[in-house]
Amino acid sequence: MSADLSRDLQERVAEAAAAGTQLAIAGGGSKAFLGRGERGVPLNVAGHRGVVSYEPRELVITARAGTPLSEIENLLAVQGQMLPFEPPHFDCPLPSPLMKPLPFGIPLAGEGDKVALRPHSIATLGGTIACGLSGPRRPYAGSARDHVLGVRLINGRAEQLRFGGEVMKNVAGYDLSRLQAGAFGTLGVILEVSLKVVPRPAEEITLVQDRYAADSLAYLADLARRPLPLSAACHDGDRLYLRLSGAATAVAQSRSQLGGELLADAGAFWRDKIKEQGHAFFEGGAPLWRLSLPPAAPWLPLPGKFLLDWGGAQRWFRTEAPAELIQQATAKAGGHASLFRGGHGEVFQPLPPAMLALHRRIKHAFDPQHLFNPGRMYASL
Amino acid sequence: MSLDRASLINALRALLPEDAVLEQEEACRPYECDGLSAYRQLPYVVALPHSVDEARAVLKLCHEHRIPVVARGAGTGLSGGALPHAEGVLLSLARLNRILRIDPAGLTATVEPGVRNLAISEAAAPLGLYYAPDPSSQIACTIGGNVAENSGGVHCLKYGLTVHNVCAMKLLTIDGELLELGGTALDAPGYDLMALAIGSEGMLGVAVEITVRLLPVPERAQVALAAFDDVEKAGTAVGEIIAAGIIPAGLEMMDGPAIQAAEDFVHAGYPTDAAAILLCEVDGTNQEVSEHIARIRQVLEASGATEVRTARDEAERALFWKGRKAAFPAVGRISPDYYCMDGTIPRRHLPEVLRRTAELSREYGLPVANVFHAGDGNLHPLILFDANKPGELERTEELGGKILELCVEVGGTITGEHGVGIEKIKQMCVQFQPEELNQFRAVKQAFDPLELLNPGKGVPTPRHCSEYRALPHKHTHEHS
Ligand SMILES: Cc1cc2nc3c(=O)[nH]c(=O)nc-3n(C[C@H](O)[C@H](O)[C@H](O)COP(=O)(O)OP(=O)(O)OC[C@H]3O[C@@H](n4cnc5c(N)ncnc54)[C@H](O)[C@@H]3O)c2cc1C
Repeated sequence: MSADLSRDLQERVAEAAAAGTQLAIAGGGSKAFLGRGERGVPLNVAGHRGVVSYEPRELVITARAGTPLSEIENLLAVQGQMLPFEPPHFDCPLPSPLMKPLPFGIPLAGEGDKVALRPHSIATLGGTIACGLSGPRRPYAGSARDHVLGVRLINGRAEQLRFGGEVMKNVAGYDLSRLQAGAFGTLGVILEVSLKVVPRPAEEITLVQDRYAADSLAYLADLARRPLPLSAACHDGDRLYLRLSGAATAVAQSRSQLGGELLADAGAFWRDKIKEQGHAFFEGGAPLWRLSLPPAAPWLPLPGKFLLDWGGAQRWFRTEAPAELIQQATAKAGGHASLFRGGHGEVFQPLPPAMLALHRRIKHAFDPQHLFNPGRMYASL
Repeated sequence: MSLDRASLINALRALLPEDAVLEQEEACRPYECDGLSAYRQLPYVVALPHSVDEARAVLKLCHEHRIPVVARGAGTGLSGGALPHAEGVLLSLARLNRILRIDPAGLTATVEPGVRNLAISEAAAPLGLYYAPDPSSQIACTIGGNVAENSGGVHCLKYGLTVHNVCAMKLLTIDGELLELGGTALDAPGYDLMALAIGSEGMLGVAVEITVRLLPVPERAQVALAAFDDVEKAGTAVGEIIAAGIIPAGLEMMDGPAIQAAEDFVHAGYPTDAAAILLCEVDGTNQEVSEHIARIRQVLEASGATEVRTARDEAERALFWKGRKAAFPAVGRISPDYYCMDGTIPRRHLPEVLRRTAELSREYGLPVANVFHAGDGNLHPLILFDANKPGELERTEELGGKILELCVEVGGTITGEHGVGIEKIKQMCVQFQPEELNQFRAVKQAFDPLELLNPGKGVPTPRHCSEYRALPHKHTHEHS
């Protein structure tokens, strides 16, 4: 399925700009739970879909924002390639206690003040880039933003703009394409994204080791200093999981060096349990925090349960502890914390005043009337 | 401007130590150009702060009196980015050159902007670590300049550009605010301002502290050198290697004239009768490297290579690379002057672009040697000319402009790693629509509303473009 709705979308933005109507940009709705809630008239981009070009030899794919992520991943897989940043889909509905009440906004499917995560909802490319999330391979292969080569977008003046392109290196003008990754659509309606892709590794295995979570941090820091073909490392509270990817010989060599039990069905473990958060750790009602830390940061003495991913650089945290306590401890260790699911209040670590002021000026540069996803990241953006 | 030159110098002297202000012509002369010496401007005055506080004081002074500021690292830039402003302060960061700390657990190095690229890897080497982006100018260029240009290197195919390897920086804005961008975690809250600041060519702020990621030195690296009797075959071989599922650490190509010049200069043992050579490096564990080299050899031979060699030892590997890294100065030896272009294209258009470049070269009667980062489609055609011959520089620039427009036409870009600077300001009008250029200007306003940082570079004014578009031989390309 393929449809180019860029003109329609541009007209919708022009009308909204003329009337000063705020817009809630939506793809498949799979990540509606992220951020401070949606506000504004829905602007649905899911219909603007289709792969525009894919040249396996160029290692580049360009697709419209509404293209289902699964469509892109399947197409790449046929050519023996993949998205290196392993983006989470969050397609499946989660147990209701984790559904977060919206501070304000429009319910998606008539469930009162709950965000309805529709079972058939599908993650889109645009939403994936706007949210800027990356999966277990992130520390070893780079992030969503790292793989953005170009975007086409509509700004708050209803202009269609193109930045970056389909080439690996491009320094003409400011890098306004990578800036869109993780901006939650607050700087424009992403119409099209070009991404760098890579060949799938020839061999991939996962080793499981018995280690305490806190001890594994020092061990992981030590592994990071060695030239090993690591491609994921997580501790689920019980055991340490190490994924190795690369040439068959390299994987075999590292396997004997590291030791540990070979995990059967490792693909499903990383995809369903860790990336898509199907692990038992993610069940239950306690708020889920995402702590982003320097990989070698020590164990944080906070009350709650941890699941370590990204070799220690992304720590999932279940707790009822107050936001200030969590954010202060994380900042002290050199990182930042965000409320990922459940809970109430602000979602992202507050910005220092000078940074917030700069953010507001950048927002103004793209979207002077604050039409797009107002308040989704920070109240004043 | 509210200060005349003498008062500005006095005001700077009041803020900075004696040796940190240069105003005499002979002292200022070394700063009159960067690596693109066709553009020269004697600095109005040079400030050389020793500390972040001193740099901040200079910016505040300039902000207060509306005086333009041009930051400068080592001055190796190839687009005139560090070209001084006739009535502004040239702010050299060269004395901010301390390595502040290396974190062996977190795998980062925090350095001042004037630290040379290679000095970081040298300092990290005892820990078995290195900084991956390796511009050919790495002995001289500074990390501040690398950040400002988003520089690449021969190993960027696998390890990425500066933007993929720098995780935090302290940025002084023109009003003297010190912003901390990024962090040592793998992401930071808010917008990705690291992406915005990197590659901003000194137009948004001045980087005064930079934290880079370090990588463990691979167990082994090996390079294959393949010779071809036809440039197009070499171009095709590049695609075949990628199609075989291997991402080499580096994949570089040189054509006949470049091979000859490099061989005469460094005696790397290159086959000088070849029409093109490819240098293909793989790294990783010992066995992985053997596995990949064997596969690459097959692919190269199947693609019609007339010869495939691998380096016998570390010394020969270094020598193969030395020839490539010295290619620009090598070409500099065989011609009074050379002009280095920097377009990037989708790799599949390589044969066409090379053919049309050769046609243009004949049409203008100016020889062109080609050196490129073949793996990522980044071309460096070197136009050989003699600036002392009347009109030859102008013709060279016109030819260069045509080559860049050709890159845009096939879906590429006018600059892959050297930046727009003053040099490619006109071609920005070809690559971007007026609304896109306006968006760039709006972003600039968010950082520097008075437009004091590196004015006249990077982003053309609407007038620049209307004048350029009005020229009879010009046309812009609609995006499709
Ligand atoms: C022989 C040769 C080979 C080269 N090879 C490569 C290559 O392989 N890859 C590549 O990418 N480039 C290459 N270059 C280009 C050049 O070396 C790079 O652009 C380099 O990053 C420039 O660093 P510099 O310190 O010399 O910066 P300068 O030339 O001094 O300045 C470059 C730009 O950065 C700005 N700037 C400098 N410092 C700061 C700061 N602290 N804060 C804000 N802005 C700042 C300046 O205003 C200017 O716009 C080569 C150049 C030469 C001469």
